[in-house]
Amino acid sequence: MVESGRERAAGPVATGAHGEEALRYYTASQWQLVWWRLRRHRAAMVGASILLLFAFLGLFADFVAPYGGTTRDREYIYGPPQIPRFWDDKGFSFRPFVYALKTERDPVTLRKIARIDTDRRRYIYFFVEGEPYRLFGLIPARTRLFGVEEGKIHLFGTDDLGRDLFSRLMYATGVSLSIGVLGVLLAAGLALVIGGIAGYFGGWIDYGIQRLTEIVRVVPVIPLYMGLAAAFPREWSNIQVYFAMTVILGLVGWPTLARRLRGHLLAQRNEDYVLAARLSGAGSAWIIRKHMLPSFTSYIIVDVVISFPYVILSETALSFIGLGLRPPTISWGILLQDAQNVRAIEQAPWLFLPALFVIVAVLAFTVLGDGLRDAADPYAVKKS
Amino acid sequence: MTAPPLVEIRNLKVYFGVRGKRMLQKARGYVRAVDDVTLTVRRGETLGLVGESGSGKTTLGRAVLRALPVTAGGIRFHLEDGPVDVLALSGRELRRFRRHMQLIFQDPYASLDPRMTVRDIIAEPLEAPGHLRSKREVDERVREIAARCRLNLEFLRRFPHAFSGGQRQRIGIARALVADPEFVVCDEAVSALDVSIQADILNLLMDLQEELGTTYLFITHDLSVVAQISDRVAVLYLGRLMELGPTAEIFARPMHPYTRALLSAIPRVEAEHRFAPVKLRGEIPDPAHPPQGCRFSTRCPFARERCREEVPAFRELARDRFAACHFAEELAD
Repeated sequence: MVESGRERAAGPVATGAHGEEALRYYTASQWQLVWWRLRRHRAAMVGASILLLFAFLGLFADFVAPYGGTTRDREYIYGPPQIPRFWDDKGFSFRPFVYALKTERDPVTLRKIARIDTDRRRYIYFFVEGEPYRLFGLIPARTRLFGVEEGKIHLFGTDDLGRDLFSRLMYATGVSLSIGVLGVLLAAGLALVIGGIAGYFGGWIDYGIQRLTEIVRVVPVIPLYMGLAAAFPREWSNIQVYFAMTVILGLVGWPTLARRLRGHLLAQRNEDYVLAARLSGAGSAWIIRKHMLPSFTSYIIVDVVISFPYVILSETALSFIGLGLRPPTISWGILLQDAQNVRAIEQAPWLFLPALFVIVAVLAFTVLGDGLRDAADPYAVKKS
Repeated sequence: MTAPPLVEIRNLKVYFGVRGKRMLQKARGYVRAVDDVTLTVRRGETLGLVGESGSGKTTLGRAVLRALPVTAGGIRFHLEDGPVDVLALSGRELRRFRRHMQLIFQDPYASLDPRMTVRDIIAEPLEAPGHLRSKREVDERVREIAARCRLNLEFLRRFPHAFSGGQRQRIGIARALVADPEFVVCDEAVSALDVSIQADILNLLMDLQEELGTTYLFITHDLSVVAQISDRVAVLYLGRLMELGPTAEIFARPMHPYTRALLSAIPRVEAEHRFAPVKLRGEIPDPAHPPQGCRFSTRCPFARERCREEVPAFRELARDRFAACHFAEELAD
């Protein structure tokens, strides 16, 4: 897969040594080359599209979700997913619809149960007025992407309190991805500063920082998470817990990246072209600006993309065992918490849908990171 | 008649500390990469510096350019407006002085930043030191030197990935010469190239020397390259000079047994050498623990008691011919 991608990447040179295309290749900057190579990496492009979609869903969760995260539908508890259809026994409809529900009493337990009423259709409309919300927490709005006129629609079913799983999944995507982004950014920021200092100065400073890094790396992560999470005061608001989680994930995440960055900088310092710049009379500022920074921006981006899944999985795992975020905040981990009991497995398997999202997101990040790493190698065409 | 000196290297020593096995241990010993080398490079000449790998030729070349810290000795540049003690320069003075000396690298791939256009790479010696120069002036100069190095002007917009090894080496040469340096160290400048391209690059270097009057210190392990390009040859072994003299004379009549061994190793078309060939056994000794006395005594087929005890002086044996051997006169015949 990767190999064939590389061979095809060599295309422009092979096909026309002269002419328009070759010239375009020769005058292409590093970033253009990376983009061209990445574009040919089909798996990475699929991963990138999925992530863009996720980012959109998370960012506009309020708009995409038909209901609020805690809105309950008492008529439809543990309700299975309602699948939109275009036709049934009564004919075809261009507008998708779901069936309405009718409430009956279970003859044995006398509990209210919802039954599908195939006689009544509920048509799905787009851009409907729904529950009011604030987009990005600022702009008041009412328009939702889709909805039904009467009653409610639950594409992915409902949970034990009758909350719409599809809506909750949208909010969770936003929260989990943003924790990932912030955690990774914090880790990358720390790694840049710490690894940058170690790599650029070397010597004793490097030695000290390396030992510190080792100490942080050997601290077992799970007990650390548990200890820190347990130390969150109960009275903290959800926002505070959220940021505390981000900080913890960031603080644990930097050593690997810092070490790689240091190694990269140390190698970079000894590159011939850096020596050439020094022998040309360049000062440190020139070398950092012209040679070091451009060389490791692509590197950092690749590394950050690759480290995303770890952060997202950490958050999910922590929330799953009840140490991370707490309800009513919604994240993938918290949604999966609901799927923990036997009853869920037996009666409401749709509660596992968030796991699918986690898996898809992690895979997408991994595949994209892999493609980026191949694409960012400036000599991939020459040396492979 | 001999040209006036351009670079005078006097008793130059470059030692590297050897770290102990444990971390944080102080240096335990020294590798004497360059030990007590005295050498004068004359204005406008090409001085070939030859030796096996590990002989310290690259270290010597880089030390002269102040790319490495020098342990002891002196380096003096004789510019038109008087001599300059290069080792006394520091910080900004050194950065400003760098336009007088340049380096051409062995590896045409690693020495060009893949993220810069060819124009920016060649212009670096003009732009990096922060001289006040207009962009137009720089562009003009870059175009001039690119044309001299037989680079198509349209190449300037391209990135290094568009070029072959030979073309990259031309770019490296253009960068080295753009600021019009008096002195250029060519560190194995053609060793990484195919033989046909080697000849091409050597011709280019010789043409440029004629046009610009540049002085080369040409470091190589390839004696046929030295024979083609150098006016004089210096032979380095384990950080010490063994022999120095005009190329033709050294190739015809080597005075040091080591030089003779080196020359015996060249494959020849003619049936016989003009001197008795010498075969060497074994590897070059560990430079952290060099032999007592003459450095070459462990491998020299003519070594005697005196060689193992007394370091031979680097002395003038004939006009313009120097060698460090106690018995050079005896062995010469």
